[in-house]
Amino acid sequence: MAVQTTFDFDQMLSSAKEAYGEELLKMAEEGFDFVFTYSDNVAPSTAAGKLTQNYPERCFNFGIAEPNQVGASAGLALAGEIVFAQVFGPFLPLRAADQIHTDIAYNDVNVRLIGTHSGVTAGGGPTHNDIADLALYRAIPNLTVVVPADAGQCRKIIRASMEYDGPMIIRIDRAGSPNVYADDNYEFTIGKAIETIEGTDVTIISTGSCIYECMMASKELQKDGLSVGVIDMHTIKPLDKNAIVKYSNKTGVVVTVEDHSINGGLGGAVAETLCEAGFCGKFKRIGMPDEFAVLGDPDEVYKYYGVERVGIAKTIRKMMSK
Amino acid sequence: MVDLKVIATNIRQGIIKQISNAASGHPGGSLSGVEILTLLYFEVMKVDPKNPKDPKSDRFVLSKGHASPLLYATLAERGYFDKSELLTFRMINSKLQGHPDMKHTPGVDMSTGSLGQGLSAAVGMAMAGKLDKKDSKVYALLGDGELQEGIIWEAAMSASHYNLDNLVAFVDYNGLQIDGRCCDVMGSDPIDAKFEAFNWNVISISNGHDFDEIREGLSNIVKGKPNVLICKTIKGKGVSFMEDQVGWHGSAPNEEQTKQALAELGGTL
Ligand SMILES: Cc1ncc(C[n+]2csc(CCOP(=O)(O)OP(=O)(O)O)c2C)c(N)n1
Ligand SMILES: [Mg+2]
Repeated sequence: MAVQTTFDFDQMLSSAKEAYGEELLKMAEEGFDFVFTYSDNVAPSTAAGKLTQNYPERCFNFGIAEPNQVGASAGLALAGEIVFAQVFGPFLPLRAADQIHTDIAYNDVNVRLIGTHSGVTAGGGPTHNDIADLALYRAIPNLTVVVPADAGQCRKIIRASMEYDGPMIIRIDRAGSPNVYADDNYEFTIGKAIETIEGTDVTIISTGSCIYECMMASKELQKDGLSVGVIDMHTIKPLDKNAIVKYSNKTGVVVTVEDHSINGGLGGAVAETLCEAGFCGKFKRIGMPDEFAVLGDPDEVYKYYGVERVGIAKTIRKMMSK
Repeated sequence: MVDLKVIATNIRQGIIKQISNAASGHPGGSLSGVEILTLLYFEVMKVDPKNPKDPKSDRFVLSKGHASPLLYATLAERGYFDKSELLTFRMINSKLQGHPDMKHTPGVDMSTGSLGQGLSAAVGMAMAGKLDKKDSKVYALLGDGELQEGIIWEAAMSASHYNLDNLVAFVDYNGLQIDGRCCDVMGSDPIDAKFEAFNWNVISISNGHDFDEIREGLSNIVKGKPNVLICKTIKGKGVSFMEDQVGWHGSAPNEEQTKQALAELGGTL
């Protein structure tokens, strides 16, 4: 059975970017012991800003110096601290790649790297797009990579990470995405995909805030008599291969949707899994194409590349008409 | 004779109009660098707006790429493209991206936006200038917060190691970054002693909005090593409610604020 989602509700906007700070603040108040690092990117008015004001002794601003921040976070963890390190968009994977790879992953230390403004959500153009990160992270051993579908799931992930052993990447978009889940009363396990909508004709596998758009596309396609399932693949690594194969075989038509390059991210991971499992059905990746994206508001950019409900429905109609 | 003050005011208006129209962008750090860019583009640099890719031209790298509205307004004022284009800033498929994109915008010599990277590119350009025995120069504008990036100091070390006296860097020393005052976020003072220790010739400008003082500073450039002008500036300069306010780093003025800003700058929408 699929879980209770907001599929039939009005859009409820909330921000996973705000949620991570709220949850950390709450955990600090509850007495959890952790350190928070950042790099000139935490506004005082946000929950993370409050965390830095209320707990200055365990919050460290490194200035505009991401490699140093990430490297020092590894050092803090090597000395026994649990570290949450927040970095702005592409400057986590692109600037601090070596520190993530060697200082954190190789040493297998407890740093939770929180990348905010993921995908194209920073809205600053190609220099500020974070669409190659999953490709990098997937190829680095020991990393666990999680992408919350909405603010509530982000809270669950932050909390679950306290009990989790090893380095983790938490990939969060800018702000204000609709809630996918109606409430918190669903089981969430890192590494286990969630079926948000059941479907018999088509399977969409998606991650992060794209899931809501997939659900809206599924709703739209009901009008065509199509039953389109949506799978929340919140954990990109380790990948829930069983779920991918099971739900793909159920329909024989698979579409992946992500705010990331179509190369090397979720789509690539699903393709590799299905190919090795002998899947012979139809398959299509939706995401950012292999070009430096046009500049615009995230919503405009998604429309331009068909990474929203209309584009997703259009792609699926085309696949089904062939 | 061009009146630099008039040009600077036009550029300030252009900055406000772009950001207001796009409802996003970075006014504070754009306004603080106006006099530096005005002097460079209208008096100092050898450039040809009709032939922006002329290999004999001086080059400019906006290392603090978020100040793109400053660069665009300056380029438009200098005639690289029509001023009406400024109103397409940050629009989908516009020439004028949120951060400078050399493949889209005439006159942009390097794509920037990822802080710290511009100075390395400027170092490479200056090395090529030496290699090709050119007498052109390479100019770069850096933010003071940007100086916290380690790569700035890697670039600084290589610039003096290779005696790049054809490289002139400006630091927009406005004392602010996103999270607050640079000295509170991550103290990088003293900046002058750091550059001196990296074997640069350091020229301190006490008022980076005074053309005479910047001009005088440029006359003190030396041969044999890279030169840096550390220019004390006011973030948001020229718009009273933006001056020295951390909150105006990356937010756009609303309609009311835009009107007031333009009125202060003697312009209208
Ligand atoms: C590598 C990198 N990290 C972070 C950012 C986000 N960012 C944009 S502007 C800025 C602050 C810049 O401060 P400063 O260099 O002092 O610029 P100014 O005050 O002149 O605007 C930051 C952190 C970025 N663009 N690049
Ligand atoms: Mg500054």
